[in-house]
Amino acid sequence: MSSPCRDPERPAIAMRLLQIGLVTLLALSANDVLAQQGALPNVDRGPETASVTGLFPNGGAPPPPDPIGTQFEANKLAIEGGEVLFGQMNCTGCHFNGGGGMGPALMSGHWRYGGRIDQIYESIAQGRPNGMPSWQLVLQPTMIWELAAYVKSLSVPVSQIAVPDTGAKP
Amino acid sequence: MDAIWTSKRLQLLLAGALLVLHAASAAAQLPTVPASAAPPDDGQWTMPAKNYAATRYSALDEINGANVKNLQVAFAFSTGVVHGQEAAPIVANNTMYIVTPYPNIVFALDLTRPGAPLKWSYRPRPAAASQGVACCDVVNRGATYSDSRVFFNTLDNNTIALDAETGEMLWTTKLGDINTGETITMAPLVVKGKVLVGDSGGELGVRGWLTALDVNTGEIVWRAYATGPDKDVLIGPDFRSFYPSGNGVDLGVKTWPEDAWKTGGGTMWGWIAYDPDLNSIYYGTANPGPWNQEQRPGDNKWTATLFARDPDTGAAKWALQYNPHDEHDYDGINEQILVDMNVNGKPRKVLLHPDRNGHLYVVDRETGEIVSAQPYGYVNSILSIDLKTGRPVMNPDKLTKLDTVVHDICPTASGLKDWNPSAYSPLTGLMYIPHENLCMDWKSRQVAYIAGTPFLGAEVITKAGPGGNRGEFTAWDPVKGKAVWTIKEDLPLWSGTMATAGGLVFYGTMDGWFKAVDAKTGELKWQFRTGSGIVGQPVAYRGPDGHEYVAILSGVGGWAGAIVSGDLDPRDPTGALGFNGVMADLKTKTAPGGTLYVFALPRS
Repeated sequence: MSSPCRDPERPAIAMRLLQIGLVTLLALSANDVLAQQGALPNVDRGPETASVTGLFPNGGAPPPPDPIGTQFEANKLAIEGGEVLFGQMNCTGCHFNGGGGMGPALMSGHWRYGGRIDQIYESIAQGRPNGMPSWQLVLQPTMIWELAAYVKSLSVPVSQIAVPDTGAKP
Repeated sequence: MDAIWTSKRLQLLLAGALLVLHAASAAAQLPTVPASAAPPDDGQWTMPAKNYAATRYSALDEINGANVKNLQVAFAFSTGVVHGQEAAPIVANNTMYIVTPYPNIVFALDLTRPGAPLKWSYRPRPAAASQGVACCDVVNRGATYSDSRVFFNTLDNNTIALDAETGEMLWTTKLGDINTGETITMAPLVVKGKVLVGDSGGELGVRGWLTALDVNTGEIVWRAYATGPDKDVLIGPDFRSFYPSGNGVDLGVKTWPEDAWKTGGGTMWGWIAYDPDLNSIYYGTANPGPWNQEQRPGDNKWTATLFARDPDTGAAKWALQYNPHDEHDYDGINEQILVDMNVNGKPRKVLLHPDRNGHLYVVDRETGEIVSAQPYGYVNSILSIDLKTGRPVMNPDKLTKLDTVVHDICPTASGLKDWNPSAYSPLTGLMYIPHENLCMDWKSRQVAYIAGTPFLGAEVITKAGPGGNRGEFTAWDPVKGKAVWTIKEDLPLWSGTMATAGGLVFYGTMDGWFKAVDAKTGELKWQFRTGSGIVGQPVAYRGPDGHEYVAILSGVGGWAGAIVSGDLDPRDPTGALGFNGVMADLKTKTAPGGTLYVFALPRS
């Protein structure tokens, strides 16, 4: 076998495979945990239709919420699973614990592309133009629903959060 | 006629400056600035650092301590962009050039006409998705002018050359890929027919580099990586570091776990200085990745490292790793100011570098030896810098650990000082350092590398340092190695500074005050409340009317100001890489919005 270093393409391909393997591994382990608990549907699709606008010409109305979404929303297991994935997929590096950074805040209750769980699903799956990556080729629909459930749970009223101590005690 | 008048005026001015300088030198042997790196002031401001020595010193003296109280707005210009305005306005050939944060619009203003109207603008339209991989707001630190051309970088990794007169695009070269987390935020520097550009993305597992492009064609002449084998780092047989730990074969590979150098950071988003006499450029590399140090045992060369390189070939001459195996995000990208000064009675060619780790390094430009390294504010993470090894002596109580919160590490991740550059006045012999007084709690976490996402592995909460004031403005005597005076500021200082022959030093605050203080005493002489917080770089120039003007971009943002420019939620103190909590009040003190302000004395 020749040294992988001789072919400049090969380390790059190996790295990519490694990444995909890693992501799949993480995905499977997260799924296994939830499957064992037996409480969440294993779905193979996102919402039927979800819109990011509040404008519907000629008397139209927003599409109704997808019933799959309601199975995940406010579901403790889904939220816990989503929180694990939120860390594993490096969502925390941009959104932190909801306060935002590279990406927008997720706890403020203000949603650029809609705060319904099916809208959040689509933002994660499709990505959004100002920097949100698209995860639909990396994560299975169940995982995206879990992530959406966790993200949705981050909006909390001001009164429920303790104010952090900001002074140092060096 | 005009030219003769100007040059006569310049001569007088120089003669005056020399007299003052001479008198002062006789008294105290002040450090001097190498003439080849800082030619006589022509009244322009063609690169962000003013000159290759990076003094940010203007020899103009019309605006001085006696009349600065009369300073007023001459004209203003809205950039239309609501992110952090970190750029220095550039002035050349009676035109001012400003580059905005993403979407990186370049505006050219005609200084010869009343109100400095728009001459042309250029919109590069960078990929919107690039905003999602910029760690700390979507900033740009400025353009640079050389030989009738304007050079600047876009967030999505293009270096672009424009015709300075018309705004016509001459060439564009793509240097990186946002899908690996790369962006560019730094201001390029032109040295010997090459445009020098480095990348950003140390929080996304980017492999850092500095690249030289041909000024005429945009072709890549050389690229020097910060990590990897010597051939990639451009380390050859002539490389010799002063300290033994800086010498060896392929240290950019061997000081990492297997393959970790490929995602190890060491980007270059800060400042480059150039010494024409020694034919060396000097710059520092950024932090290693990930922030969780337990995933990368070893020195992690050549991250957080000062390099001296030959600008023609890129070949490294020597390296000095400020922070081997950094575990606090102490990048080495801050400015280096070139001065010649006596050390123990011997003249030395040195550079002055206020590192993120809180120490003011005086480094020999020829050898890379640390002449001295003193803390310029409150530091507890490092006990001292060992001058025998060149390495910091770390405080074991402030080292970071997996899944453990280590409290009250000072300085914080953004350092005792971040990117915002200092100035040096040859009149006072003092360096003026705009900096922070912040500490942090740090918890490391295991992190997996997924290309194009943050490769971080830490949860940080920043806090005010001792005394509660989050910012400080320090006048530093590089010969004595100590502060002469310090101004305490409530908010962290994220703006650059400029010193002038008028005996003044200018800087801005994050709640929008633009200030002039006495260069000798620090006494506040004048201030003006601009429309938004200031995170930019002040400059001075001589207008076509022969008078002195001072310019600054206002518009809060950047890492420290992201809470306002990104409308972040202060209830999560870990947000914005740990900056959210400590900046919670900024939203009540300023609002986003980019505006150029230019000041002058009233015309009687």
